[in-house]
Amino acid sequence: MIKKANSPDTISRVWKFFTSVKLTVVLLLSLAVTSIIGTVIPQSGTASEYFHKYGELRYKILSFIDSIFNIFDMYHSWWFQILLLLLTINIIICSIDRMKATWKIISVKVPPFNVSKFRGLEYKKEFSKNSMPDELEQIYKPVISRSYGYSRIEQTDSGFCLFAEKWRWTRIGVYIVHLSIILMLLGALIGSIFGFEGFVNIPEGESAKKINLRNTTEMHLLDFEIKCEDFSLSFYDSGAPKEYRSSLVIIENGKPVLKKDIIVNDPLRYKGINMFQSSYGTLPPREVTLSFTIRETGMEYKKKAAINKPVEIPEGLGTFIIKDYSSSAGFKGHNIGEAFMGILTPKIGNPLNILLPLRFPSFDKMRKGDVIIAVASHNHEYYTGLQVTKDPGVWVVYSGFILMIIGCFVTFFMSHQRLCIEVTGKGNRSRVMVAGTSNKNKMGIQRKIEILSEKLDKLVTAQEDRLKAEDC
Amino acid sequence: MNSSIILSVTTFVYGLAAFLYIVSWVFKKEAPGKLALWTAVLGLAGNTTGIILRWIESYKLGIGHAPLSNLYESLVFFSWTILIIYLFVERKYKNRTIGAFVTPLAFFAMAYASLHNNSIQPLIPALKSNWLIAHVITCFIGYAAFAIAFGTSGMYLIKKRDTEGKSLLLKRFPKENIIDELTYQMIMLGFLFLSIGIITGAVWANSAWGRYWGWDPKETWSLITWFIYATLLHAKMMRGWHGKRIAYLSIAGFAAVLFTYFGVNLLPGLHSYGAMGQ
Repeated sequence: MIKKANSPDTISRVWKFFTSVKLTVVLLLSLAVTSIIGTVIPQSGTASEYFHKYGELRYKILSFIDSIFNIFDMYHSWWFQILLLLLTINIIICSIDRMKATWKIISVKVPPFNVSKFRGLEYKKEFSKNSMPDELEQIYKPVISRSYGYSRIEQTDSGFCLFAEKWRWTRIGVYIVHLSIILMLLGALIGSIFGFEGFVNIPEGESAKKINLRNTTEMHLLDFEIKCEDFSLSFYDSGAPKEYRSSLVIIENGKPVLKKDIIVNDPLRYKGINMFQSSYGTLPPREVTLSFTIRETGMEYKKKAAINKPVEIPEGLGTFIIKDYSSSAGFKGHNIGEAFMGILTPKIGNPLNILLPLRFPSFDKMRKGDVIIAVASHNHEYYTGLQVTKDPGVWVVYSGFILMIIGCFVTFFMSHQRLCIEVTGKGNRSRVMVAGTSNKNKMGIQRKIEILSEKLDKLVTAQEDRLKAEDC
Repeated sequence: MNSSIILSVTTFVYGLAAFLYIVSWVFKKEAPGKLALWTAVLGLAGNTTGIILRWIESYKLGIGHAPLSNLYESLVFFSWTILIIYLFVERKYKNRTIGAFVTPLAFFAMAYASLHNNSIQPLIPALKSNWLIAHVITCFIGYAAFAIAFGTSGMYLIKKRDTEGKSLLLKRFPKENIIDELTYQMIMLGFLFLSIGIITGAVWANSAWGRYWGWDPKETWSLITWFIYATLLHAKMMRGWHGKRIAYLSIAGFAAVLFTYFGVNLLPGLHSYGAMGQ
């Protein structure tokens, strides 16, 4: 038989493929397993970082894999995005497919009840009372309608049936969860298209208008300037950081419009752009005070110096010029921290390279020269490191978050419960049957029926005892 | 009397409770089971007192914060949540053999905590936020529920192996379908709270760092855990996927929980504050 590539036939096959829960299981497990890769291989590093970490051979192999599968940024790779897209389509189609039936059940005007279905339940409770059915009707109706949103009584030949139900609407719980996921993914998409994430370092006293975008070499121009008036740093006694604080001013069209001190966890937000205290750094001090101690006389002199400006060494011992500054200088393989590097040109002899670590003022003694140079004081200059972001999709994502929580709660812990109390009169006595169903959590409904049955039994006993007492 | 001493004692009390639950199960005696329950309750009282006292102590030191900021504090809280949920489970299901499989987890958590630095440290800037409390509490309620599901899944698999019902030991277990039901209830509880935990983490991250999701190893592994349990919840709907396969997924899920909690500290990222000794 020749199969024709009928459009409707292909569409329905594709549709059917996406209605499968098996597909969901495959996609979720695939996402779980592949996500592991990106935690074991650090993401978004530079080529040299990876080369350093893995060595030549492994780097070559990983690089090759990266060129096809982008494993160095796998969560933004084409194949990972495809998995997410397939899952999204799966969620949408599954939901549409099953929602029709659920909506039919939920939107019913008069809930149907079939007493024989309840009678046929494996789990039900029965007991007898010395009262007539209409007496029981009087007692039970108010009690039941208090805890069940819907209830009605149907009279039977020998008594009545009290039907009740509640939380029919909770059958849409799972669709709320699915919708929440769609919203989160939609919000993420909006953010990635219309938003940006970047950083900028601003030295104290200066301002910036351009920011560096993450993962690219591109720069982004803001509509306003961010000025860092001050940066302050405080530590606990243990040396751990206590607070990083930047005093920022937003300048628009040359005028300051907003002033705020920011710390970690408390950003500055302006016109949809968020500025976070992220890091800081030290800048080479512009001016230092050097101390020159003459070995022969023991005299100490203090002189101000700036980078690349030669300074006369007292007592005619030559000139010294600061050439460079490093925040982590090296000496014989050790990191000795902040240090200045300079050149000492003595009156007679060759120029010498001098290292002046700020942490070790007596360092220059080792040289056994005529003069011992040290940095007496310097002012700390900082730059503040700000993370600058814009994400117009964030509120869509947040609405997804709220729906996810509500949806999970409704799906897991609320169910559509139906109750049937059938009372049959026999002479002066009545037989009561209590049965109930729930679309989830069988154990739970069984317990509920047990508890309710005991309660209904006791209520009638109490009433009967009262009547007996009145009679006496 | 300070919080560290109380919590050390609690560790031993939990160990004793676990031992008594196991004795009660293996020797089929009611009395050690009752004693186990009271021992567990005593341990929980100590655990609670320890946590509150530590909170107060931090204020006395001038660096007041909720005791949820490092590995030691989180492990102590983890044990606390396991016990609380377990006591509800024992009350509802009335079967103490479950205790033999759950209380040892609380004991191990406290014992592991005792190996770490328990000095009260001030909060670094990144942790100074009310979101810390919401995020840590919800995550750990989730982890505790998954831990209990791990215990009951173990019970399920053990019971399943005894196909002819010959083992006298396993006769005391709840029925298979009840164990399965309990496991499912715990996973639903865990999934709800893990979701809230991930969400509060994301909102916190957005208010502190400007992005709600960065695929850092901790975030990614919490999502991997979430994916595994989501798979389990959906697999229940598929034919042929009950009982054993669900139990295996539950165990895999808990392995992911453990990696999210401890393993990520061995990988690079922003979440390393939870690492040993810090």
